[in-house]
Amino acid sequence: MSMLSVKNLNVWFGKHSSRVDAVKSASFEVERGQSFGLVGESGSGKSTILRAITGLAPNWSGALSVDGEAIEKKRQKAFYKTVQMVFQDPYASLHPRHSVDQVLSETLHLHGFTNIDARVVKLLDDVGLGQKFRFRYPHQLSGGQRQRVAIARALAPDPTLLLLDEPTSALDVSVQAEILNLLADMREEHGLTYLMVSHDLSVVAHMCDNLAVMRNGEIVEILDVEALRSMQATHPYSQHLLQASV
Amino acid sequence: MENLLDVENLWVKFPTRTGVFDAVRGVSFTLGRERLGIVGESGSGKSMTGRAILRLIRNPGIVEADHINLEGVNLLKKSEKEMRAVRGQRISMVMQDPKFSLNPVMTIGDQIIEAYRQQTKASKSEAYNKALEMLEAVSIRDAERVMRIYPHEVSGGMGQRIMIAMMLIPNPEILIADEPTSALDVSVQRQVLDIMDKLVKDRGMGLIFISHDLNLVADFCDRVLIMYSGRIVEVCDADKLHEAKHPYTRGLLNSLPRLDGKDKRLQVLKRDPEWSKTPSVSGRL
Repeated sequence: MSMLSVKNLNVWFGKHSSRVDAVKSASFEVERGQSFGLVGESGSGKSTILRAITGLAPNWSGALSVDGEAIEKKRQKAFYKTVQMVFQDPYASLHPRHSVDQVLSETLHLHGFTNIDARVVKLLDDVGLGQKFRFRYPHQLSGGQRQRVAIARALAPDPTLLLLDEPTSALDVSVQAEILNLLADMREEHGLTYLMVSHDLSVVAHMCDNLAVMRNGEIVEILDVEALRSMQATHPYSQHLLQASV
Repeated sequence: MENLLDVENLWVKFPTRTGVFDAVRGVSFTLGRERLGIVGESGSGKSMTGRAILRLIRNPGIVEADHINLEGVNLLKKSEKEMRAVRGQRISMVMQDPKFSLNPVMTIGDQIIEAYRQQTKASKSEAYNKALEMLEAVSIRDAERVMRIYPHEVSGGMGQRIMIAMMLIPNPEILIADEPTSALDVSVQRQVLDIMDKLVKDRGMGLIFISHDLNLVADFCDRVLIMYSGRIVEVCDADKLHEAKHPYTRGLLNSLPRLDGKDKRLQVLKRDPEWSKTPSVSGRL
């Protein structure tokens, strides 16, 4: 059974004459333990798919299911234990007045964990930050360190599916390498499934097993990473993207 | 090749509570009629170098240099008023994000016309025609409509092209582009670069292209300066960037994921404190 299944997903914003269809009948499946990439230019609807899955985009239709269970409009608490998201901009996604400790222990508390202290320590070690960062505030951290905190926060409830929205596009190439390595390690250690959005084809080629190319809200092609590496995209738009990124 | 710009021993300093922080530490380079790339990570001082040339570092920041010569005239000796005749007219700068660099409450047309009329005594209709012509030069379709709309109505790629149009109208000798394409998609990136390339070639301008994207710079520029912690650690021809020798440049190149790469793990840059101690390499020709 697939970990995530998206069937005929439509997402729209606005009503009546100002209605914009951001995603139009998108369908794909992600197997357990797999890493799936969504690529396309800005405005193609790739982030909107992630937001629809987590419930940040309320207007959607179609069938979504995680681990065999259909997602309803009102998500259960258990949903957020299985699905977590890492956002694009580590500078904007952490509360500026909450220390790393507060960020992580609040998340753990909300998910009903009891041994919070030990788990915070473990999470920080897992993402390679260590104890000395525990009581720091976001402004005392670099971009890469902040993204590590954001990843630790996402890992806190022990999820099985991580939604990654351009996790490295705000970072330097040298830091990007560290974060991509960390994500690869986490996936192996915790047996995670990734759904990753990126506009950088080489990042997707590095991280993912399969990917979908999106344009104007539609998935134009789904291909595996071998086909991507050997430049065997069939749709003209995917070929155009490939050529632009070489 | 004649030198348009000659920078000798440039320092940018910021006094802080814990002492003076040197953002740029003794950088020297020249710029001819060429495309010069400056690459480095965030915090390496590449943007500060670009801003210091235009004397855009605000108090309490301090710019020091033996000289910053624009065609033989030292910019550091100019008064603030004389500097205004340099900025935009002789040296232009394209900033990273059009969202923050365009005036949100003025139409695109008014902004371009204002930039043009700032230095020429052109009439309004003359300026209007010039603005239209410039928008067409940066491949904006339907330029008459674009003249009437506001910045929030244009896309990122279009905004960036409008910025370039605005900067090129006064026909400057030097264009400083500070990460002009990092807010754009790959497919639009190419377009913007091609336009810039064409204009630079046609007009024989000097271009300083500041970027963190090594592949882009290797593709687009003639010569590259690699900066690390405020110093130039290596200078090389852009087409030989992939044969660069300095461990920092090598590290940056190796940490890029590759489309054809099969490595499970990416190489992580190991920083050597020695790098920031060795004096700056000269970027003079």
